[in-house]
Amino acid sequence: MFGRNTLFWQGARRGFISSLPFYIVMVPFGTLFGLLATEAGLNVLQVMGFSFAVLAGAAQITAVTLMEENAPTVIILATSLAVNLRMGMYSAALVPLIGKAKLWQRVLASYWIFDQSYAVTALEHNKNPNLTLDERLGVFFGVAIPVSSLWYLGTYLGAVVGNQIPVELGLEFAVPVTFLALVAPLLRSIPHLLAALTSVVFTLLFADFPFSSGLLVAGVMALAVGYLSEVWIEHRLSKEGV
Amino acid sequence: MIHSDLYVWMIIAGLSLGSFAIRFSFLGFIGDRQLPKPLERALGYTSVAILPGIAMPMVLSSSTGEIEPIRLIAACLTLLVGAWTRSLLYSLLAGILSYSILMAVF
Repeated sequence: MFGRNTLFWQGARRGFISSLPFYIVMVPFGTLFGLLATEAGLNVLQVMGFSFAVLAGAAQITAVTLMEENAPTVIILATSLAVNLRMGMYSAALVPLIGKAKLWQRVLASYWIFDQSYAVTALEHNKNPNLTLDERLGVFFGVAIPVSSLWYLGTYLGAVVGNQIPVELGLEFAVPVTFLALVAPLLRSIPHLLAALTSVVFTLLFADFPFSSGLLVAGVMALAVGYLSEVWIEHRLSKEGV
Repeated sequence: MIHSDLYVWMIIAGLSLGSFAIRFSFLGFIGDRQLPKPLERALGYTSVAILPGIAMPMVLSSSTGEIEPIRLIAACLTLLVGAWTRSLLYSLLAGILSYSILMAVF
């Protein structure tokens, strides 16, 4: 599967190209983490250990913010892992897409599951439902490996160069825009629109839920709304005999 | 603030093991076994069920504590252009450019 012109590499090229827009935010976002971690008292090795071993921006920032407040280990682990629970949903959603891959491939893929790697793979699958397993794996790793490399690089810059870089510059808006751009191409069907709306409304309503669980509760509700409206529309169409 | 090496490395080890367990959970243990059809179809909505919920609170919050209309407009343009073109790139460009232009003008 790793030969030059195999389906895997065609998929990887597709994933690589689709994820190029993220490159503008990954380095500054990584730099922001590197800075925060250094301010919290971590040395360069520890900062890099974080990014290589954990590979999850929001959870890493949560952890070092709590470390700066000298929170107990258990609280830091629970709070940061809760932020990462959405990766469990990505893991489940990847089963129909790459679940048939070999175990070692799934182990590697699991390490690299994050918002962009899952969402681009799902988006490419949505646009081309006929992609083969090798192409889908290619897309996934074609996004995951380059994007994560930029995250490591950004982290390193933040830890070494320190606060000479104006990282906050526009980043607080660039990050949510990349997330919106990942879902916007999907918003062409009523079930997708309703699911997205459910996600936004209930995440805002559940903002005070402990351990950032509001996002997940709203997310599960949105899955149900998407599925049920899809079934309902299908039912209506079949009754009308279209 | 200087932390003990043990404290830092324990947190890194705990977080990485925990994160891997979460990520490996379904993909690793279910693998090629068939998920129940309704669940599989529901999981097809995972992107739209999670990412807007992360993004919109960030769009709506700001350092001043008030909603910035410019951010809201730029977010709407991101969604409209993305839905229209089905392109991640154009969607992102619409968001970033409209935000930069509106910030420069107002």
